[in-house]
Amino acid sequence: MCLAIPARIVELKDDKAVVDAMGNRWKAKTTLLPEAKVNDLVLVHAGFAISLVDEEEARKTWQLIEEINFFSETSNKLSG
Amino acid sequence: MLERIEKAEKEIKSACERLGRRINIMEVCGTHTVSIFRDGIKSILPDNLKLTSGPGCPVCVTDQWYIDCVVELAGRDDCIIATYGDMVRVPGHSGSLETRPGRVKVIFSSEDALELARKNPDKTVVFVAVGFETTTPATAVAVREADSEGIDNFCILSGHKLVVPAMDAVLSNKNHRIDAFLCPGHVAVIIGYGAFGKIVRQYKTPCVVAGFEAVQILEGLAVICEQLAAGQSELESVYKAVVTRQGNVTAQKTIAECFEAADGYWRGLGKIAKSSQKLKEQYRRFDAFDRFGLKEEHVEELRGCRCGEVISGLIEPPACRLFAKECTPRTPVGPCMVSAEGACAAWYKYENKKK
Amino acid sequence: MQSPDKQRDKDRILLAHGGGGQLTDELIRELVIPNVNKSMTAELTDSARIDVPEGSICFTTDSYVVKPLFFNGGDIGKLAVCGTVNDLAVAGARPIAISLSLIIEEGFEVRLLKKILSSVGKAAEENNVEVVTGDTKTVEKNAADGVFINTAGIGVCLPEVELAFGKIQPGDEIIINGGIGDHGLALISQREGISFQSQLESDCAGLAGLTCRLLEAVPEIRFMRDPTRGGVAGTLNDIVFETGHSIEINQNALPVNPVAQAAADLLGFDILNVANEGKFIAVVPPDWTGKILQICREHPLGKKSVVIGAVKAASEMPLVEMKTSLGGKRIVRMPYGLELPRIC
Repeated sequence: MCLAIPARIVELKDDKAVVDAMGNRWKAKTTLLPEAKVNDLVLVHAGFAISLVDEEEARKTWQLIEEINFFSETSNKLSG
Repeated sequence: MLERIEKAEKEIKSACERLGRRINIMEVCGTHTVSIFRDGIKSILPDNLKLTSGPGCPVCVTDQWYIDCVVELAGRDDCIIATYGDMVRVPGHSGSLETRPGRVKVIFSSEDALELARKNPDKTVVFVAVGFETTTPATAVAVREADSEGIDNFCILSGHKLVVPAMDAVLSNKNHRIDAFLCPGHVAVIIGYGAFGKIVRQYKTPCVVAGFEAVQILEGLAVICEQLAAGQSELESVYKAVVTRQGNVTAQKTIAECFEAADGYWRGLGKIAKSSQKLKEQYRRFDAFDRFGLKEEHVEELRGCRCGEVISGLIEPPACRLFAKECTPRTPVGPCMVSAEGACAAWYKYENKKK
Repeated sequence: MQSPDKQRDKDRILLAHGGGGQLTDELIRELVIPNVNKSMTAELTDSARIDVPEGSICFTTDSYVVKPLFFNGGDIGKLAVCGTVNDLAVAGARPIAISLSLIIEEGFEVRLLKKILSSVGKAAEENNVEVVTGDTKTVEKNAADGVFINTAGIGVCLPEVELAFGKIQPGDEIIINGGIGDHGLALISQREGISFQSQLESDCAGLAGLTCRLLEAVPEIRFMRDPTRGGVAGTLNDIVFETGHSIEINQNALPVNPVAQAAADLLGFDILNVANEGKFIAVVPPDWTGKILQICREHPLGKKSVVIGAVKAASEMPLVEMKTSLGGKRIVRMPYGLELPRIC
C-alpha cells in the first residue's frame, strides 16, 4: 500500500529535510530514519522518509531512476 | 528494464503451463491493484492466472461508522478536518467530506495537520488518520509532537489498521480460494517481510513482497508462480531496494510508543482481533472518539453494497448488482468505488467495457 | 509627502475603483490601457468597432480563476490571453481581438495588478492580438481570489479549413506538439499548503502562430483541440464520445517531461488527466502526418511533436485505450474533474 517515491536528501537539519526527485523539491522529515544523511537516496511517504534506498537496486526497480543520470547530464530548460 | 520484464513474463507463462489449473493470487494492497490496472498487466498474464484484490485499501476497509463520524465532525463550526485526499469522496449516510466545503483541508502529511492546529488555535483540528503500517508511524510522530508542545487543539480519529491480521482473516474463511499473496511493499518497509512469515507457516500459503512498478509486480508474480509449480510455500521479497527482513525498527518503536493493537471492525470482514490501532492511555487525550464522545456502533451497510465480499476476494465487482448502475465513480455507494484504488473503481475505470 | 491614507489608496485597489467614477477612470487610463494596449487612444468606450474581412468569424469566451495567480512560466494575465488565443486557434481561426474583463478583490495590491496587466499586454503583442475593450469591477474582500478575468475573443476563420468532430475517420492519426502535464503540475507545486517546489514551468503559450501555419499548409486536418482541463484523457474521451469511434494511443509515444512524471508519481496523479496550456491535439489524415510533423518541428512550440495514436472503428463500445509500455492494454477513462492528491 501507499504511494512512496525515492528521492535524494539535499538539505538536512536535525530531522527536517528537503528532498529532491528529478528537480521536484519538498520538505520531508527523517524522524523515522535517524541514520539518514545528506545525499542519501530515501523512500518518502506522507512527508516522512521511511527507508534508505539501495542505489544499485533502485536502478533495477524504478524506471525514473534509470533515467536520472541521463537527465542530470542533459538538463536545461525543462518545459516540453 | 524491458529484459527483466520479458524474463518475468516468460517465467510466469512457463510456470502457469506446468500448473495447468486455475490459480488465484491475492494482491493485498490497493496500490498494487491500481498499478496492475494502470500498466495493463492482466492483459499479458496467462488465462489461468487470476489476480484478486484483497483488503489492502485503507479507505475500502474503513467501516461505515467511522465515515459517519468524520462527516459529523466536519459539520461542526469549531472543527477543521485534515485529511488525505483519498478520503474526501467516501460517502457516509449523509454525504461525503466533499460536500462540506471550507471545513475540510486536504493535506499530504500528518505534519501539515499539526501545523493547521498551530495556526488555528481557536479551532480543533481533527486528523483523519487512516492507513496501514506504512502511514501509522507518521501519525505517531505528530501525536508525540502535539504532546510535547502542548498542542491541545489537535486530535486524531484513528482508523489505522494492521495488514497481517486481515490476511489471516481472509484465509480463515473456509470459502477462500487464495493460492498465494502478493504482499504490500511499503507496509513491508515498516514491518519487515519477516512479519508475513506467520501466514506462510500457519497456512502454507506463499507470500511474496513486491514494489509497485510493473517490473516489480511481474517479478513478484513470477516467484509466486514458480513456487506454486514446485509445490512450495515460502516467504520471499523481490523489493530488495527498500525492504529488509526486520523492517524499520525506529518506525515500529514509534508506533508502539503511541498505539496499541485493539479489535477492529473491517468492512465486509467484520470484527478482526487485534487489527486496529488505538491510542495508548498516555496519549488518549488526542483521541477524537473520546474527545467528542463518539461511541462505537456497527452501522448497517449501505443497502445492496457488497464491498466486503469484493475485498475478501469472494466476488468480482460486476457480481454486485449495484456495480456500474447505481454505483459508479461519479455516484459511489460503497468505498470500493470511491477510492481510486478500490477494486470496483479500478475495475470500472480500466476493465468495464459494456455500457 | 503624501499622507498615509493617500499612500494606501495608491497601493491597493479600493471598492471605488470599480464604481465607474473618477477612480475607475484613473485606473483604466493610468494602469490598464498603458499596460495592455499601448496604441489604444484615450477614448473610453464599452464597445470596440472592428473591421473584419469577408467570411466567417470565430467567437469564444473564457473565464480565468487560476490559483496561484503567479506561477512558474506565467500568471493569470498571460494565461487569459493565451487561453483565448488557443480556443480560436484550435477552431481554425486567426485571432484578431480580445476583450478583457477584470473582477478585482478589494485590497488587492496595485503593483500585482500592474504585473498581471503587463503580462496581458506582452502576451497580446506576442500573439498578434489586440485587447480592444474591457471592463473593470471590484468586489468586497474575500468575494474573489485576488483577481478573476473573463475574456471574449474574435478570430477570422481560415479559408478552406473546416475542423469538426464529424470529419474524423478511422485510420486518422493523432498528433500532439509536445510534453504533457507541465502546467497542472507546475501549478499544484506552488499551491498553498503543498510545500513543494519544482523546476517545472507551465507550458502556457499562444499556439495560433503554429496552428495557422499548419492549417494554411494542410487544410485537410480534421480536428484540433487544446487539452486543458481534463488533460489528454479528457480531450480524447470527448472525441470518442462525439464520434462513436475508438482511439488507441501508445504509452511509449507519449512525450512526458521526467520532472513532470516524478511530480505526478509523488502526488498520485495520472498525467493523462493533468491540464496543459501550450499544447494542441490534432487529428489528421495519415497521408499528411509526415508534412504536419515537419512543419510543427520547425516551430519553437512544436519541436517535440509526435504521433501518439490513431482513431479506430469501435468494436463493442467506443473507448480510448492505451497500449502500455509493457505491451499490455488498458482503458483511459474520462477524468472526474478534480484530481485529488493521494497518499495511498
